[in-house]
Amino acid sequence: MTRTLVPEDQPAPPEASQELERRAADARSRRGLWIASAPAAYLVLLFALPLLIVFVYSFATRGTTGQTILADWNITAYARLFNPLVREIVLRSVGYAAVTTVISLVVSYPFAYYIATRPARMRNVLLVLVMIPFWSNFLVRTYAWRVLLSSSGPVSQLTQLLGMGQTRLLFTTTAVVLGLVYGYMPFMILPLYAAIERIDLGLVEAARDLYASGARAFWRVTWPLSRPGVVAGSILVFIPSLGAYVTPEILGGSKTTMLGSYIVRQFLSARDWPFGSALSFVVTALMLIATLVYFRTGGRTL
Amino acid sequence: MTGTGSTVQPRGLARRLLAANAWLVYGFFYAPILVLIALSFNENRLVGVWRGFTLDWYAQMAANTAVLRAVRSSLIVAAASTVVATVLGTAAALSLERFRFRGRRAFDALLYLPVIVPDVTMAVMLLLFFVRVADAMFVVSGAQVRLGLTTITLSHVAFNISFVAIVVRARLAGMDPTLEEAAADLYAGRWQTFRRVTLPQMTPGVLGGALLALTLSLDDVVITSFVSGPGSTTLPVYVFGLVRRGVTPLINAVSTAMLVASMALVLASVLLQRRRGPA
Repeated sequence: MTRTLVPEDQPAPPEASQELERRAADARSRRGLWIASAPAAYLVLLFALPLLIVFVYSFATRGTTGQTILADWNITAYARLFNPLVREIVLRSVGYAAVTTVISLVVSYPFAYYIATRPARMRNVLLVLVMIPFWSNFLVRTYAWRVLLSSSGPVSQLTQLLGMGQTRLLFTTTAVVLGLVYGYMPFMILPLYAAIERIDLGLVEAARDLYASGARAFWRVTWPLSRPGVVAGSILVFIPSLGAYVTPEILGGSKTTMLGSYIVRQFLSARDWPFGSALSFVVTALMLIATLVYFRTGGRTL
Repeated sequence: MTGTGSTVQPRGLARRLLAANAWLVYGFFYAPILVLIALSFNENRLVGVWRGFTLDWYAQMAANTAVLRAVRSSLIVAAASTVVATVLGTAAALSLERFRFRGRRAFDALLYLPVIVPDVTMAVMLLLFFVRVADAMFVVSGAQVRLGLTTITLSHVAFNISFVAIVVRARLAGMDPTLEEAAADLYAGRWQTFRRVTLPQMTPGVLGGALLALTLSLDDVVITSFVSGPGSTTLPVYVFGLVRRGVTPLINAVSTAMLVASMALVLASVLLQRRRGPA
């Protein structure tokens, strides 16, 4: 911390000390800027500039052979967002993301509540047990479900054993949503746990002492106090689910195409870069709005 | 929670339902992983049917040059991008947590954006950027810029700076500022204060950030597949290509190896944080 080392019983003349303070602040500001310059330059060059390029490309024209013509600027790509096929894919992605969020919330809330009410030592172990699969390779975890759900896989064998016949879950909506829940549920558990753990149980106790039933105490005390965790968790699950690519590619089929796969297809096979750019830009805008809502409602961390 | 009074602990049926739900969730998390690991030792080519124990698939994996090349690429990219992203991310965290400067708010926002932007968009952005750069370089100097390990590494740094910065900032925010003030009061210079007081305290955060960057780099499929050229595939991109064509014992073995490696990383970071105190 920068201090002007002036003995307190001998105050410096006010203008001089102000001048010193100002110069010290200036020096600090320059140092801060200098330290920030390298990462800032990197992000401007490899993030802000690329984002701008995508924005510019979204107004370009697709040539007949799939090349992008950076002229004849137009908004055809954005107009195509309202074409029925695209609308269906957008609505499906939003729907999948919403269902994933609701399922995660319903399962995670009691789970987080259970962990938060364990003794302190056990809580940490239980949390680490959530983190281990969560941090291990996402692609591999999704692939594991492909193995489980395949027509000769363990799930199908189990149902055959029980006399329910072969299950055909792979490449269906169920498989995709299951994969999304599996991949992103920890994003729900952790903020919920943080919110519930913070609640002062004395308040619940007070409610019970005043003859509230257990359910009533929960709905009037615990639930409202855990709301920030619910909002945070929901947005943290909704955002990556909406932009998912790996999960629907591995577990889904042609009838479960989500926005992520559709965008990739514009670049790798359809070769319609302006349209792909427009789609990417719109998805990013949607996520930004969701994130702003999150910070507005009091979220602090990502 | 604070206190565990008898009236607030769920009892009877509610308590048993909560416990059952918790066990089901853990089962849901671990069952697919365990099944995958078990099946990687299955002798049967037909993945779902158990016939006997074998290590053949691992032998096949170790002899597969495509897999080994991909592993090598992954490790090079992960190591290089982690080092660069950790240095840049830590600098970003320090500047934002310890200094006030012009453009600080804008930098703060710019730093958060890569976390929010979906992988697919980031992939598209970087692909278009490298295409434009290659065009410009060709026009200016006639040099050919090709997509490869360099472009992959540059891209991984671009998304990892933010994650490192977030982890390090959390650590810096939790540190006691009076220690730095005390060092300054005892006539330690700026560099000395940083070297002897700030740096040792923030090290667990920096290591945590580096491990996160390493994990994310080793995990990435979408961005890498956009900015990689022929002959520069990383392991996840290679596996992703195979997986889309179906389930095979070889993929099971490679997947299990990746899983074990990433779990070892997580455990290492948990142990590291425990020894160094809470991050």
